Amino acid sequence: MASHTDYEKYKSDGSLQGNLLEWLDARFPATSMWRGHLSEYYAPKNFNFWYFFGSLAMLVLVIQIVTGIFLVMHYKPDASLNANGIPVAFASVEYIMRDVNWGWLIRYMHSTGASAFFVVVYLHMFRGMLYGSYRQPRELIWIFGTLIFLCLMAEAFMGYLLPWGQMSFWGAQVIVNLFSAIPLIGEPLSIWIRGDFVVGDATLNRFFSFHVIAVPLVLLGLVAAHILALHEVGSNNPDGVEIKKRKDVHGNPLDGIPFHPYYTVKDIVGVVVFLMVFSIIVFFAPEGGGYFLEYNNFLPADPLKTPLHIAPVWYFTPYYSLLRAMVWPLFGIDAKFWGVVAMGAGVVILAFLPWLDRSPVKSIRYRGPIFKTLLTIFVIAFVLLGFLGTQPPSYAFFGVIPSAPVAQVLSAYYFLYFLTMPWWSRIDKYQPEPDRVTM
Amino acid sequence: MSNECKVDGGRRRLVVATAAIGGVGALAAVVPFISSMLPSERAKAAGAPVEVDLGNLEPGQMMTVEWRGKPVWIINRSPSMLESLSKLDEAVADPKSEKPMQPAYCKNEARSIKPEIMVVVGICTHLGCSPSAKFKKGSEEGMEGAWLGGFLCPCHGSTFDFAGRVFKNKPAPDNLEVPPHMYLSDKRILIGEDKKGA
Repeated sequence: MASHTDYEKYKSDGSLQGNLLEWLDARFPATSMWRGHLSEYYAPKNFNFWYFFGSLAMLVLVIQIVTGIFLVMHYKPDASLNANGIPVAFASVEYIMRDVNWGWLIRYMHSTGASAFFVVVYLHMFRGMLYGSYRQPRELIWIFGTLIFLCLMAEAFMGYLLPWGQMSFWGAQVIVNLFSAIPLIGEPLSIWIRGDFVVGDATLNRFFSFHVIAVPLVLLGLVAAHILALHEVGSNNPDGVEIKKRKDVHGNPLDGIPFHPYYTVKDIVGVVVFLMVFSIIVFFAPEGGGYFLEYNNFLPADPLKTPLHIAPVWYFTPYYSLLRAMVWPLFGIDAKFWGVVAMGAGVVILAFLPWLDRSPVKSIRYRGPIFKTLLTIFVIAFVLLGFLGTQPPSYAFFGVIPSAPVAQVLSAYYFLYFLTMPWWSRIDKYQPEPDRVTM
Repeated sequence: MSNECKVDGGRRRLVVATAAIGGVGALAAVVPFISSMLPSERAKAAGAPVEVDLGNLEPGQMMTVEWRGKPVWIINRSPSMLESLSKLDEAVADPKSEKPMQPAYCKNEARSIKPEIMVVVGICTHLGCSPSAKFKKGSEEGMEGAWLGGFLCPCHGSTFDFAGRVFKNKPAPDNLEVPPHMYLSDKRILIGEDKKGA
């Protein structure tokens, strides 16, 4: 466990290799880091399918950073028109796709990676909700996770402007204009964000800077904090019981196994399966039916013409639905301001989960029917909100049920699920937790 | 360890003062970076007025020109388009153009200098999409039956009449903006300059 920070320094057996390690270990915490985070980090032995997604998120982060580095070698953040009347940024993406050796593969890995990141992160977050991984003493891990999610959203949003297609341009136009809804400071704030009075070259350049430098740095820092906090308190597990309560004679948890080699090897299986699915998409369906790469984004940005239907990429659509659901002005402030508030609150409310949940047990395995029912409805509501966010506001189910009131009811449910949790999580039935983990 | 650790008040005060001055310096250092993200002098100087020839714009037609990076629509409204305006006074949110979304010389029912020529920024006042022209009446454009023609924003469904006035109970809070403009001659127009309300 990471709480043992006083590992003995490595003593050489006299071999060259041993001498080198002893030299290194005297000057750098190599052995203690290896042991604390891998070979002697004890993780519960009952991890299941849901525990793949943390390591997969790390894998996707690496894919995004590596492919990103190579894309930047050829991409040009320039909104001016080239000799053919095409914006330089848009043309440079086409150049990567057509003329750079393997450029199409690197770019499709990056664009598919963005969607994969959100798939993996949404499942990782859902795992936390299933097994109460956010509960005491893991509140801070969960808060770091929420911040990582916010950073990811910013990273994805700014990255989406870079190809300078129609959806890039108008998506950024709409989202930046959201800030102008804030009373008093809104208008100057949105001009400050754009660096111009309209979305233009200044906006493209600063989004490029944030996308490749600022946000990834913050993201990496938060990921490090997320993992350090995890290794400080130890992982939760599908039973939601603390393995540190029962220790063997060496002081190691009875139900724990060293992360390396046991979980490194298990995670390799997850990585292989993930890469199979990822490769199928990259090679055979990189556009993801218009959900991963929207068709309108194959047209260069035209500031004079909005596409007939604009929608965010799928991973933003549940929150976009929350935004659109607010259509009433309140307290003399425009409805669009409240839409922004709803969208932001929809993410921020996740951070409060550790204090909203008052159940005596952590895991769904021992929780009662109220939790199971409400969580199931929550998942359905979230998916439906996501679907409605991809549709125009005029969409009607089966051509008769208008979508706007449905989205409003689902949005209300989204918030009520969290806001009423202190009450229903306390009155719900539960079974006693076992003393030790079950398999 | 000494038994007694007395706080030296003078030194403590110096520590606090040093930290405070350092903090002020750090805050001051942020200013140039934040300010560098505001529109540059070049961006502020851009946006020269645009001169447009209306010679070929027939009644019922619309043209789009770019001014300050935004689409500006010029519509030569036919008599029937103009007639539709007075019928819609009940249906639009700001029929008399009370909100300052136009220069004073366009604060009239047609929101224009010459009744037939409408000049308006084609950017929805909701979240900045550019509405689409839906000029034909009724269901021909996929609108509801009572539609008299105007504009529909594809993003969030706001609708506007031929004077750019927003209909009630739509997401857009204001009428479309009428830019400052002036006539250089009968058929030539300058968008972006008006000799101060001439």
